[in-house]
Amino acid sequence: MTTVPRRDRPGFYYPKPPATWWLRRPNYVLFMLRELSSVFIAIFLVLLLVQIHQLSQGPAAYAAFVERLRSPGWIAFHVVALAFALYHSITWFNLTAVVQVVRLGERQVPPRLVAAANFLLWGVVSLVILFFFLLGG
Amino acid sequence: MSTRKTSEPFWWGLFSVGGVVAAFLVPVHLFLHGLAVPLGWIPVSPARIQALVGHPLIKLYLFVLIALPLYHWAHRFRFILEDVGLHALRAPIAVLSYGSAVVGTVLTLWVLLR
Repeated sequence: MTTVPRRDRPGFYYPKPPATWWLRRPNYVLFMLRELSSVFIAIFLVLLLVQIHQLSQGPAAYAAFVERLRSPGWIAFHVVALAFALYHSITWFNLTAVVQVVRLGERQVPPRLVAAANFLLWGVVSLVILFFFLLGG
Repeated sequence: MSTRKTSEPFWWGLFSVGGVVAAFLVPVHLFLHGLAVPLGWIPVSPARIQALVGHPLIKLYLFVLIALPLYHWAHRFRFILEDVGLHALRAPIAVLSYGSAVVGTVLTLWVLLR
């Protein structure tokens, strides 16, 4: 394996794996997909911001933008982005449950239970937003 | 071990908060605005959405929903690039990533407060 010098510690070197190191094991690929989920989430949020901006440009501009989102390409993007967003949520709740130790008295609440509480809260929050939007729309 | 002070904890904090916001709020909004509304599963009038977006509390909510996960993206994107071997470009990658999130925050404020 090639190495690169460490700027913070002269005389020491980082190992330099090839750029495709994460393709070697399924777990590494899942890690990369988890990291990549943030890109899809960010693109969606920028689109949402554009949508809000179009709203201020009048009903015609807004309708045209929503019409564009109906194209197969954008629908496909949003399906993929939704899958990535769900993957982020699932990995995030499982991870924070392990990192964040919750204590009840002397005892530590099992991480699985903390994760379950997170998942439950996620479901409730999502339903509240959904119903707020349905009733509001 | 370096005892040098860095801004790392600050950005990591924003990454963490943004990750929480993204985990709890983004999937349902992605479903709503990316699929349900464009495909006509949910009939919504633009006037009603405009009224919703005009509300100060909804504006605050949208700011949290849009701006904070941008820092989550910036942090992860930065390390994706480093992980595929761009160690030499550490500093410019960090500045560009976090800088983009800051620009995104300003744009979000501009769109919401105009």
